[in-house]
Amino acid sequence: MENIQIETDLKSSLESLYTERNISLFGSDSSYVAGLRKKAFDKFRKLGFPHARLEKWRGTDLSKTLATEFEFAMNAPAAEIDIESIFRCEVPHFETFLVAQLNGWYVFKHNPLTTLSNGIIVGSLAVAFKKYPELISRHYGKFSENAGEGLTALNTAFAQDGIFIYVPDNVTVPDTIQMVNIVDSDRNLMLQTRNLVILGNNSHLRLVQCDDSINHKITFINSVSEIYIGRDSTLDHYKLQNKDENSTLINTIYFHQESGSTLSSNSISLNGGIIRNSSVVELSGENSTANIYGVYLMDKDQHVDSQVFIDHQVPRCQSSELFKGILDDHASGVFNGHVIVRRDAQQTNASQTNKNILLTDKATIDTRPFLEIYADDVKCSHGATVGQLDNDAMFYIRSRGISESNARILLMYAFAAEVVNKIEIPELRQRIDDMVKKRLRGELSYCDQCVLHCSSEEKKVSFKIDLSKI
Amino acid sequence: MLSIKNLSAAINGKEILKGVNLEVKAGEVHAIMGPNGTGKSTLAYVIAGRQGYEVTGGEILFNGRNLAELSTEERACEGIFLGFQYPVEIPGVSITNFLRTAINEQRKYRGLDPIPAKEFLKSMEEKKKMLELQDKLANRSVNEGFSGGEKKKNEIFQMAMLEPKLSILDETDSGLDIDALRIVATGVNKLRRQDNATIVITHYQRLLEYIVPDVVHVLFDGHIVKSGGKELALKLEEKGYEWIKGQM
Ligand SMILES: Nc1ncnc2c1ncn2[C@@H]1O[C@H](COP(=O)(O)OP(=O)(O)O)[C@@H](O)[C@H]1O
Ligand SMILES: [Mg+2]
Repeated sequence: MENIQIETDLKSSLESLYTERNISLFGSDSSYVAGLRKKAFDKFRKLGFPHARLEKWRGTDLSKTLATEFEFAMNAPAAEIDIESIFRCEVPHFETFLVAQLNGWYVFKHNPLTTLSNGIIVGSLAVAFKKYPELISRHYGKFSENAGEGLTALNTAFAQDGIFIYVPDNVTVPDTIQMVNIVDSDRNLMLQTRNLVILGNNSHLRLVQCDDSINHKITFINSVSEIYIGRDSTLDHYKLQNKDENSTLINTIYFHQESGSTLSSNSISLNGGIIRNSSVVELSGENSTANIYGVYLMDKDQHVDSQVFIDHQVPRCQSSELFKGILDDHASGVFNGHVIVRRDAQQTNASQTNKNILLTDKATIDTRPFLEIYADDVKCSHGATVGQLDNDAMFYIRSRGISESNARILLMYAFAAEVVNKIEIPELRQRIDDMVKKRLRGELSYCDQCVLHCSSEEKKVSFKIDLSKI
Repeated sequence: MLSIKNLSAAINGKEILKGVNLEVKAGEVHAIMGPNGTGKSTLAYVIAGRQGYEVTGGEILFNGRNLAELSTEERACEGIFLGFQYPVEIPGVSITNFLRTAINEQRKYRGLDPIPAKEFLKSMEEKKKMLELQDKLANRSVNEGFSGGEKKKNEIFQMAMLEPKLSILDETDSGLDIDALRIVATGVNKLRRQDNATIVITHYQRLLEYIVPDVVHVLFDGHIVKSGGKELALKLEEKGYEWIKGQM
């Protein structure tokens, strides 16, 4: 695959890449996509990369990542790739419809965009740009572009491919769709991956997004997803992140919800260099519900940033945020939960909770639950806690004969379980449960992948203590 | 079984126990009485090996082993059980799993295989019945949202499940109504054997009508100032702790 080497400042390299290769890279854009791209590029030029002076970026420092020399995988892999040759799913009895990206490009064997019998369309966003211009102009770039976020603008300016999912009205997608984002390169890579998911009215989808890397080079993934949830539809969404420490992953999702819809999104971050999960939720139809959950277990110098912005635009919607994290060593975390209740959004019910355990005095968390309320008939609550493992509980558990290390794991696991138990897919919950236990026992490393057939043989999870029934 | 010799202990540098001597033999029930703040709980914690409770003199031998060499969990595995005055809530950990984990760790310590699931469940059922515990209780998180009485019953339930050699029950009677007290006492009595022993810490004589002690000790200001038969408890109830002060 062809790459372009950059020598100096990342922003100016991206700018010249855009200008110099515009025709060859983006010449076949539809006028709609071309227009968006142009606007986004100008916006990125103006906003640039985020920096610590921006309110929402105070806690996450990208300067080290931005000082790295990256290549960009701007051209699709030359040959078709057999999915099975690069990975296999290791979640037992987990029947999924698997879609994968390799270095940002959709991976396929025969068909880049498949229409299933019930009208579901799954495949490459690049192909969907051409094949479904009407769906694209109705949904692509609609909710992301108001965000005033430089990285989102950058993504829109350069986005070429990613995963496209369309579910028509009145369809329950039988299998869970699993999106796997793999980075494999012997060079440092920066990627602008882009996904678009459109869920019609009265439809139901379960989506699992896995982020993995199989190289040890420095990667910077700037992923943007737009997810439209139609009237009375439900989306059950999971993000599973187990990345190496050389990676920076910015995962931004724009959810748009119509009336009566229900979103549940749960991010599980187990390893990574810098991870930022940003969920922007627009509740634009009455009686819709958004549940945004997250659990993060970080150690060493890892950093995790959870950003939630929920916009209650209309009456009678509910939202809840529950984020729990355990930070060890020098790990750092940020939680920024921002709920805005607009003047018309009466009878809103919103809650925010962020709880943290810091295992060392070097670990840090910057937690800011934030409610901004302009309506008067609302029920809102928020709370944040930061603490250590409870000494009284430790003594109590040990006084029953349980070893100190297992007592610690028991308490940490019980702490995390509140979020893990919200996973609705039993096989996935079991697997993540196992991964959390392994992580807490210090047995899970980034090469112990969730979905990838890693070079190291997967160790069977075995416990001296049985935590399965907690 | 338990042999405490001239034990002194301090918390945060403050001397609480000032030379305690106590001998407990297998098959015996001892009561330790005394006013609030005299060091009864401190003694229990020191035996169980709580961090921050510093032994400043003397020693504790348990079946010939010096407890100073054992961690909290090793002491538990050797057969020491503490029923807490204030049981701790552990959200997210069910009683069932907590107990199975504890039993299996103790079995591992003794070189035994994990308890077969059937055997464990059978034992749970028996003990629940004995203590008239609600069925649901076992699926709830340890002590979370329990009433005072439920917490104390849960301590005895754990004791029954773990079958310790030495049980130290720290004010298990406080906060119990008379029915609960009777149930708890019946449980303790049923678990009495020739090869185990119990230390009951209380400052009321009431419990001792149900659990009849072989020896009663009065702990006062970090010392055991008087020991005697069960009639000592009655005398204490009648004359008050002022009487002890006068005897000193
Ligand atoms: N953590 C502590 N730090 C300092 N002093 C303590 C602590 N815990 C107990 N004490 C003191 O130790 C003494 C004995 O307490 P305790 O053993 O709980 O008494 P009892 O159980 O007989 O009521 C009291 O004076 C109490 O204030
Ligand atoms: Mg006490």
